[in-house]
Amino acid sequence: MGRYIVRRLLQMIPVFIGATLLIFLMVNVMGDPVAGLCGDRACDPATAAQLKREFGLDMPVWQQYVTYMGNLFTGDFGTAFNGEPVIDLMASAFPVTIRLTVVAILFEIVVGITLGVLTGTRRGKPVDTVVLVLTLIVISVPVFVTGLVLQLLFGVEWHWVEPSVSAEANFGELILPGLVLASVSLAYVTRLTRTSIAENRRSDYVRTAVAKGLPRRRVVTRHLLRNSLIPVVTFIGTDIGALMGGAIVTERIFNIHGVGYQLYQGIVRQNTQTVVGFVTVLVLVFLVANLIVDLLYAVLDPRIRYA
Amino acid sequence: MPEQPYEPDRVIAGTGAGGAMDLAAGEAETLEKTPGGPLGTGPQGKPRSLWSDAWRDLRRNPVFIVSALVILFLVFISLWPSAIASGSPLACDLAKSQDGAGPGAPFGYDGQGCNVYTRTVYGARTSVTVGVLATLGVSILGSVLGGLAGFFGGLGDSLLSRLTDIFFAIPVVLGGLVLLSVVTSNTVWPVIGFMVLLGWPQISRIARGSVITARQNDYVQAARALGASNSRMLLRHIAPNAVAPVIVVATIALGTYIALEATLSYLGVGLKPPSVSWGIDISAASPYIRNAPHALLWPSGALAVTVLAFIMLGDAVRDALDPKLR
Repeated sequence: MGRYIVRRLLQMIPVFIGATLLIFLMVNVMGDPVAGLCGDRACDPATAAQLKREFGLDMPVWQQYVTYMGNLFTGDFGTAFNGEPVIDLMASAFPVTIRLTVVAILFEIVVGITLGVLTGTRRGKPVDTVVLVLTLIVISVPVFVTGLVLQLLFGVEWHWVEPSVSAEANFGELILPGLVLASVSLAYVTRLTRTSIAENRRSDYVRTAVAKGLPRRRVVTRHLLRNSLIPVVTFIGTDIGALMGGAIVTERIFNIHGVGYQLYQGIVRQNTQTVVGFVTVLVLVFLVANLIVDLLYAVLDPRIRYA
Repeated sequence: MPEQPYEPDRVIAGTGAGGAMDLAAGEAETLEKTPGGPLGTGPQGKPRSLWSDAWRDLRRNPVFIVSALVILFLVFISLWPSAIASGSPLACDLAKSQDGAGPGAPFGYDGQGCNVYTRTVYGARTSVTVGVLATLGVSILGSVLGGLAGFFGGLGDSLLSRLTDIFFAIPVVLGGLVLLSVVTSNTVWPVIGFMVLLGWPQISRIARGSVITARQNDYVQAARALGASNSRMLLRHIAPNAVAPVIVVATIALGTYIALEATLSYLGVGLKPPSVSWGIDISAASPYIRNAPHALLWPSGALAVTVLAFIMLGDAVRDALDPKLR
């Protein structure tokens, strides 16, 4: 197990370097980072040159990347162009987005798996068909449409919730945005659980469990569900990274000042340091989530052993 | 961990089995044939391939028929939008801002006083163009790279797998914002280019797995033993038996590319006005959501139906092409 983790951690290094280098190149080569500082007018060449020197932007790109990564591992994420340290922006943005992601993941686990079990054990019944059609519709409607429509209905028409989230962004306010963020993955989790349950329902161990007289509930939760959860856990695990990075749209609709908001602002204002810093953390989250998923396999299925 | 299923409704690579079934069906038919009869002619003597089986299944599937009709209609209005909508989508009259349905405007008017019906009809062209071209680009690039990597293996294969890992670590919408925010050209090409750039790893992974399965089949080994060249084995023997999963994933992906274009346009980095796109219209209508919800709901509905049609088509094609489900 220990050796496996070390090997996986080593494998993560090239992916981490590749992904951060890619985003670094995208941000630095495609745009002119100083242009964002001068507003709509073009910068005075002397000012631009001084700013570039000040931020180290006159060095070759590879050298900027190496310097940046070096600073990063000492905990220095650089300074946004408005003088605010990027780490401060992260300290205010990440808790909000983590809360949002937690709400979304809870929706996926509780609602998604419940619906999946419900439909998987009743394949072909009306419940199954209705849920299946609903999931297809949810998958097809883009998140920003779902978000705007739910905001219109719950926030504006029926006044059940505030249409826009306050600066504190506590859990209660994040229920609707969390549902919106989770919606597509929720539908996938339902379908995945359904397929998995329906497949395993015919297996020998389920027949044995039923034959030895276990109550239905116990057969489903202890035997069927545990064996059917592996693909679902994989999906939810890889989704954590996607949810945190994909919250840009949801956070924009509900005016949540989290990671997505900061990223959007950073990109629109060409704030290189903010964008690269946040993306680096997101890539790390994605990689670690993938590792944890692989380790969870062994917990869920004792037949899987890592040498 | 290159084999991890990122695509939840991923195709269970059934090409190998499909090829085997293919052969078995061919054999059975040969036995029934009268000796000396013309090979493969007539409705009875024709060997049933995976494709003709799939086509027979599809024709009977109501989901396929409905989604195919919707898609045909969308293609029709994106080629000839003026056939069902009169006037220009850019002809707007501020005096009619946020008005409800009226003569010639069954969907009402948006905040700028543009005819929502006309704009919704004309918006189909953007979505269909982006969806089809991005899918073509992604499929070609992805299958060539993934197929070659799967066939030859070795260092190139390892490098490609690591490269796809890197692309998977970057959230798509984020990549789109970064890359497209600096583009000034207001055409569909940068959007399509971005989708191809970030989308090919998905197809490449599927194509690679499917080629590796097909490569191990007996008929490929036989072709190799008979001295077939690499290109002949790839094109004549492997490609036809490995292409099914790619087609399925590509059809479903087409729907998601349409949704992605609208999302990027909504965020202001895809297409920009005066281009006509459902994403732009939804974005423009969202501030007036309280007073003129119709300006938001019609383009949203059109977008949802379009994406749904492609995803359902992909679902139906998968069911037809996956012999395990028969």
